[in-house]
Amino acid sequence: MTNPLLSVENVTVSFDGFNALDGISLQLMPKSVRVLIGPNGAGKSTLLDAIIGHVQPTKGRVIFKGEDITRVDEYKIVRKGICRKFQAPGILESLTVADNLALAARRNRQCWRSFGTRISPEVRSQVERVLGLIGLEGKRHAMAAHLSHGQKQWLEIGMVVASDAELLLLDEPAAGMSHDESSQTAELVRSLSKQHSILVIDHDMTFVAQLDAPVSVMHMGRMLKEGTLEEIRNDPQIAAVYLGRAKEVPHA
Amino acid sequence: METYGLQKWIKAACDAALLLILALAPYYLSSYHLSLLGRFLAMAILSLGISITWGRAGILSLGQGVFWGLGAYVLAMHLKLAALAPGDIPDFMMWSGLDHLPVWWNVFHNPFMALAGVVVVPTVTAGAMAWLVFNRRVSGVYFALLTQALALVFSTLLISQQAYTGGFNGLTDFNTILGHEIIDPGFQRAIYWITLAALAIAFLLCRWILGTGFGKVLVAVRDGESRVRFLGYSPAAYKTFAFALAGALAGVSGSLYILHAGVISPAMVGVVPSIEMVVAVAVGGRSSLTGVLIGTLLVNFGKDMISSAIPSLWQFVMGALFILIVTVLPKGLVSLPGLGLRLKTILFKPSVSPALQEPNA
Repeated sequence: MTNPLLSVENVTVSFDGFNALDGISLQLMPKSVRVLIGPNGAGKSTLLDAIIGHVQPTKGRVIFKGEDITRVDEYKIVRKGICRKFQAPGILESLTVADNLALAARRNRQCWRSFGTRISPEVRSQVERVLGLIGLEGKRHAMAAHLSHGQKQWLEIGMVVASDAELLLLDEPAAGMSHDESSQTAELVRSLSKQHSILVIDHDMTFVAQLDAPVSVMHMGRMLKEGTLEEIRNDPQIAAVYLGRAKEVPHA
Repeated sequence: METYGLQKWIKAACDAALLLILALAPYYLSSYHLSLLGRFLAMAILSLGISITWGRAGILSLGQGVFWGLGAYVLAMHLKLAALAPGDIPDFMMWSGLDHLPVWWNVFHNPFMALAGVVVVPTVTAGAMAWLVFNRRVSGVYFALLTQALALVFSTLLISQQAYTGGFNGLTDFNTILGHEIIDPGFQRAIYWITLAALAIAFLLCRWILGTGFGKVLVAVRDGESRVRFLGYSPAAYKTFAFALAGALAGVSGSLYILHAGVISPAMVGVVPSIEMVVAVAVGGRSSLTGVLIGTLLVNFGKDMISSAIPSLWQFVMGALFILIVTVLPKGLVSLPGLGLRLKTILFKPSVSPALQEPNA
């Protein structure tokens, strides 16, 4: 039996007495995809924050590759192999597309090792591979600021992939995308799962269906249910808290 | 690519010509103007540091006068001691009732300790402060205010510790350095060339650094500090290094400045001078190394001319200049050529296409 790559154990996160996460647990196997859904304020983004060290859990632990990373600095957690795409595109606007990816792909991230002008062949080939993956080969010298919204989202997904992390955390990767862009993104995420474990947050049920992966439903900082999208859809309890309400609010 | 290579050569030729013109200045400038130019070239070294921290990493410091002052005071202490007979202590210490030299003064009796101190003291101070502050994720306006407070504390401390610092009057009456008479015209020329050489070296160093991966990360930190952190970099480490480097450049700048000016006092290191340093950089164009050189020279010569004509006017001019630059030319004077080009295309753009203009041709 293989060990889980990521294991979130009874994590509670409190802000001024309010439990954004309330004793939540989650396990993720190597090279698997998991989709997190839930109404606004369910704590999905907070869960990613807790995994990557952006917020400190008041209780519980986060184990990555058998190691407790609960109190480790954010940038050191990234160096261990977890990389996150934020909800709003967090690309570096005054650098070119290729420079954005090269920065993500670089292994020598310590300050004292950054004084080279040469880009190593490994980084170069990684940048080329990811450019192909996200379909921005033609834009490599463009300033990231000049990309369209969808391209910015892809670039940030590309940066997360270029970092060669084993675990990718994607917070609404298809937000604000057109229908076609959204399908392409779903296909990209599926192809990435051959090499990475991926935890995806999304609201858009069409996109979630395209991902074709196990779904975990969060509600009020807790895990409500885990299963296939079909099982989730047919669960009366979930329909009450989430899908029932989602039906009233038509999706774009 | 061909034109790019040509442009590069033209630029290198311009740089060389400028360097030559500056290097020959002792032969065509009066000693008064040479001393002024020397001071301003020394200030330009400090401006390069501001260009790296503010222009690239987006860290605005309103307290660079502190690090500049540390370099200046360290060398001034040595010069003060070098002018004394063995066993004597500086006059202001006697007046304040001290009967022996404090240990931390004595350290800089040795000229090599003093030269090392000029770089090490401001670098370590800037680095330590930056490390504490940036690790607590203090940035932006709060950092600017903090550095401004530091400048205020520093100048107040210098004034209040009369017995150790010379108080309000500061340190002056420097005669010799390494056995040379400082006022000797020949040595003044040598100091000028040393200043110019230091500036050229600092310029090349900064240009190289900005071209490395380090320079890219600095720009990235300005764009999105948390994105950089979540790519596995420690922004605090990069910002601290940049700030310490700016501190080192400020220290060297201060020490060279007093060799031309012959005096250092708290009034030269406080809040107002620190702001003037930033204004000069903004005027030239903070993210361009050439820009900050131009800005520093222009603003300082302007200040000299205006304040020798009407002394009270300068503060107003400086304020107005800053407002003008921030509102009209946020990228500084270096953005003027590009702006002129844009204006030209707007003004002279044919409003109808040529095909329509000549229907009967």
